[in-house]
Amino acid sequence: MRVPLRWLSEYVDLVLDPEELARRLTTAGVEVGEIIAAGDWQNIVVGEVVKLDKHPNADRLTLPTVDIGGGEQRQVVCGAPNIAVGQKIAYAAVGARLIDGHSGEPTVLRKAKIRGVESQGMVCSEKELGLGEAHEGILVLSAEASVGTPLSDVLGDTVFDFDLTPNRPDLFSVLGIAREVAALTGQKVRDPSIQYEEKGAAAKGRAKVTIADPDLCPRYVGAIIDGVKIGTSPDWMQECLTAAGLRPINNIVDITNYVMLEMGQPLHAFDYDRLARHHIIVRRAEAGEKMELIDGSKHTFTNEMLMIADAERSVAVAGVMGGFDSEVTDDTKTVLLEAANFNGPNIRRTSQALKARTDASTRFEKGLSEHLPPIAAARAVKLMVDHAGGRAAKGIIDEHPGKAKEGRVTVTMERLIRVLGMEPSTARIREILSGLGFGARWMPPDRFVVRVPYWRTDVSIADDVIEEIARIEGYDQLPTSQLRGQIPELVPQPRRDLRERVRDALANAGMQEIITYSLTDMESLQKVLPKGELAVTPPLRVSNPLSRQWEYARTTLRHALLDTLASNLRGDQSLISLFEMGRVYLPREDDLPNEAEMAVGVVSGREPDRWGRPTGDAAGFYAAKSRLAHVFSALRLTADYREATDSAYLPGRTAEVFVGGARVGLIGEVHPQVAERFDIGREVAMFEVDLDALLPHVSEVVHFQPVSPYPAVEEDLAIVVAEDVPAARALELIRASNLVANVSVFDVYSGDPIAAGKKSLAFAISYQAEGKTLSDADVAKERRRIVERLQRELAAELRA
Amino acid sequence: MPPDADVQQLEASALEELGAATDIAALEEWRVAYLGRKGRLTGLLRGLASLSIEERRTVGSAANELKQRLEEAHAARRRTVEEARVERVIVGERRDVTLPGPPLPRGRLHPITQTMRDIVSSLSGMGFQVAEGPEIEWDRYNFEALRIPPDHPARDMWDTLWIDYEMDGRHPMLLRTHTSPNQVRVMEQREPPIRIIVPGKCYRFEATDATHEWMLTQVEGLAVDEGISLTDLKGTLAEFARQMFGRDRKVGFRCDYFPFVEPGMECRIDCFICRGDGCRTCHRSGWIEILGAGMVHPEILANAGYDTERYTGFAFGMGVERIAMLRYGVDDIRHFYSNDLRFLRQF
Repeated sequence: MRVPLRWLSEYVDLVLDPEELARRLTTAGVEVGEIIAAGDWQNIVVGEVVKLDKHPNADRLTLPTVDIGGGEQRQVVCGAPNIAVGQKIAYAAVGARLIDGHSGEPTVLRKAKIRGVESQGMVCSEKELGLGEAHEGILVLSAEASVGTPLSDVLGDTVFDFDLTPNRPDLFSVLGIAREVAALTGQKVRDPSIQYEEKGAAAKGRAKVTIADPDLCPRYVGAIIDGVKIGTSPDWMQECLTAAGLRPINNIVDITNYVMLEMGQPLHAFDYDRLARHHIIVRRAEAGEKMELIDGSKHTFTNEMLMIADAERSVAVAGVMGGFDSEVTDDTKTVLLEAANFNGPNIRRTSQALKARTDASTRFEKGLSEHLPPIAAARAVKLMVDHAGGRAAKGIIDEHPGKAKEGRVTVTMERLIRVLGMEPSTARIREILSGLGFGARWMPPDRFVVRVPYWRTDVSIADDVIEEIARIEGYDQLPTSQLRGQIPELVPQPRRDLRERVRDALANAGMQEIITYSLTDMESLQKVLPKGELAVTPPLRVSNPLSRQWEYARTTLRHALLDTLASNLRGDQSLISLFEMGRVYLPREDDLPNEAEMAVGVVSGREPDRWGRPTGDAAGFYAAKSRLAHVFSALRLTADYREATDSAYLPGRTAEVFVGGARVGLIGEVHPQVAERFDIGREVAMFEVDLDALLPHVSEVVHFQPVSPYPAVEEDLAIVVAEDVPAARALELIRASNLVANVSVFDVYSGDPIAAGKKSLAFAISYQAEGKTLSDADVAKERRRIVERLQRELAAELRA
Repeated sequence: MPPDADVQQLEASALEELGAATDIAALEEWRVAYLGRKGRLTGLLRGLASLSIEERRTVGSAANELKQRLEEAHAARRRTVEEARVERVIVGERRDVTLPGPPLPRGRLHPITQTMRDIVSSLSGMGFQVAEGPEIEWDRYNFEALRIPPDHPARDMWDTLWIDYEMDGRHPMLLRTHTSPNQVRVMEQREPPIRIIVPGKCYRFEATDATHEWMLTQVEGLAVDEGISLTDLKGTLAEFARQMFGRDRKVGFRCDYFPFVEPGMECRIDCFICRGDGCRTCHRSGWIEILGAGMVHPEILANAGYDTERYTGFAFGMGVERIAMLRYGVDDIRHFYSNDLRFLRQF
């Protein structure tokens, strides 16, 4: 919300400079988002449009001639539809600092030809002057503004643009800000006058208010003003509205807006004569009811929405916007002024449903005080009497089914110390609270009874009052201390521990960690999952996605890794290896999804040589496997790999990964057709590990094994077996020997002189006994047994 | 031939052959040939058995002396050969020390992971334990239990991505907008004292720009115990901020509003660029906000079944991306999840 300081100073003396004031307000929770020093307008003066020519080359442009005082005139090029002869406008000469109307960036006005005609300066919009967002037309100044005077003398002011919090509806008003300023600077608030003379007949007999749905409307105040003359509002009021970012319309509408900005209470002015039987009925809409609003939009309403109706039809959407048919026009003679209180959540729902978030609805939705309507109504009536030639009817109509009690809160010193950790003096507490309009009565020996001012609908418990004391005193003024007390018992986090160990292992294996978005689109999932799977178990869908790209909760990480790989391919063949630790979201019936933790990696490119340059060897299945093996090694786990198939992987180069008998993942070369869907034209190997499946097999505990003091005997053994015999089978058979301490494959060979369909496997075997040094005979005997076993089980031949 | 002569002859041939050995392998061969288990000197000693006691003594002692001499000669020769070898390496096999070694692959953790770990490690040191929760949540935990009922204006502070799942005409399931729901989950399950941190991803219905992402990472902290006050919160956050950003940082606090805390605050550090004088980066305030915090609202403690007269607590929450941006000087939040290796490899 924008608050011009000139306006603010009508209610409180500003004893601090704007920067310091903004700092104090911000620290106290009333954040000044921006200080707009409107008034730094070099080379901008009041001008008068004396002549308006057509632009020879463009229909939408005009060529106004502007009198800028001192007998000088300038012809400029203007695109504003609202420009007219006789208007007082803001004229900017070349060199003036303005805001660019399109980009919103500061700019310096330069000499320019527009469609072939030179523009000697510019006529400015509010946006260009930094006064507001309006840019569809130029800013029209008061007719009284005298030509040639610097614009800063007419409009110059510093404006605070507040970023307010939703708990403080009272601050969405100049008076509310004034109260904060007063409390922070030790000044007094000057309340605006609500005194006026009542000249007309009693309001009560001339209009009736019926609240049919009191749950949504705790209070409705109606006031009647006769004999109003619709015209422009006074200059000072227009300037206030303009500086606050609203556009002046006419005196009646301006007064309702002015009082809304001043006091925070939205008001609505009906044309009394256009209300059937002068009867206001506050009721829920009939389902399907239709109405046109004052902004020209047409809506259909549901019976959850609250309407203001007359005896025949709806005339306004309560708390949101007035209807077109009952609004004040130039012919209006009598105004029925509405000052009401509505149910916040209901107004919020309605305004969201209608996509009509207005100055009124944003105030109502935060929960305004029930005590405010008669005060704001009186203020508006007074202004209509003073500035619209109106005669106030006697009294007001006040239907008040809601009975908000005056808030009283007891604050004990014990609670104060418990929450704040310190104790301000009772004198200081009283000073702070009364400065904010609270009544604070000390009840010896240990407590205050605090009366909450009507506008502070946010304060209801002792801790709320304690915050008031702390924030005005300043949080920075409170002491600091460190937590004492018992440190809670450790709750183990095995899942997290495993994830972080795997993360470290993969990084240590040379892989780069990435983090990708949890949401994706259906196409990406279809690219990597088997046909039909998505139809059987559809992923969770976001009902209001930011874009189609991020519509579904991912059930795999495959696409994310492949996408990232694709976007990082730079045309060379260098090795890229990426991994991500992330969750997938597997839907469950009527419950939150299972968020499974995955570790997924991809490797692609050519293995580097001694110089780090790509060699001829593409990193494939085994490159991925060595990285995955690094993880199992870090976890001190043994994994088995069994050939498998999966639609995303290349058959014959794919394996399921088992640990402790449980399937924990998948590894393989990505099917070239799948890679192609990501525009990847080279080999990619990938692995996926389900950490939740792995978790039960991970042990934190290491059991020490004594190191054998007896020497090991190292021997090589080569056998010839059929091509399709997995090396793991042979290893298993060799390992079955008690004397084999270690065995590994060190060569695989097929081709001459090995017979077709066969391959040679070479093993390095390390024999060791627990209790003695093995003799040559011991080793020879054991070797024979192993060879026999290999011959029997695998039809292996010993290779000469 | 007298046994003595055997000894002399053996010595002569041994020394001659030793002199001819110019590398370690030849020396080892020589050692096996003369001094090994089946070597010539050993053979000679074995032959003593056939001699008389007198001869055995003479020849035996001569042979033992020879063994000692040969061992010494071997050691000396070995030193010479070693030295010559080292000399050859020094002179003839120099390394260009400026050439690189063969590459070892180097993987790096994502900057958000690194920053998250530093945050967790800092807070762990103060007794906070990690407690993780689901990213797809019920409205009840994300909002209602945090004093943000449906249609509450504070919902605007967390624009929400809703899951397409309807129950009683509402969408009760959502992508959590903050890590705060796990506060509630933990308090449902545990009794004070509580000191937890909740790290994790959150999601907002938010257009992205240089400072806004729709997916973000948060760390939430919660401490509940007897005797916890606002001064403890200030002390904890100040210590945290100094651990993360440097001991010489100024830490400040201002009032702010979050429905689940009372009083509420925002923690700030003095601006990196201007050190508090006011510049563009800090919007002329001299401060950069790093997190939101406050004393846990007594209603939330009461909902967990805690005695609000006895227990108080504080909570705080921060955006990890924002902290990473401040620490590394990253000027656009969108770098983090675009995963360009030219960006990631810098960390």
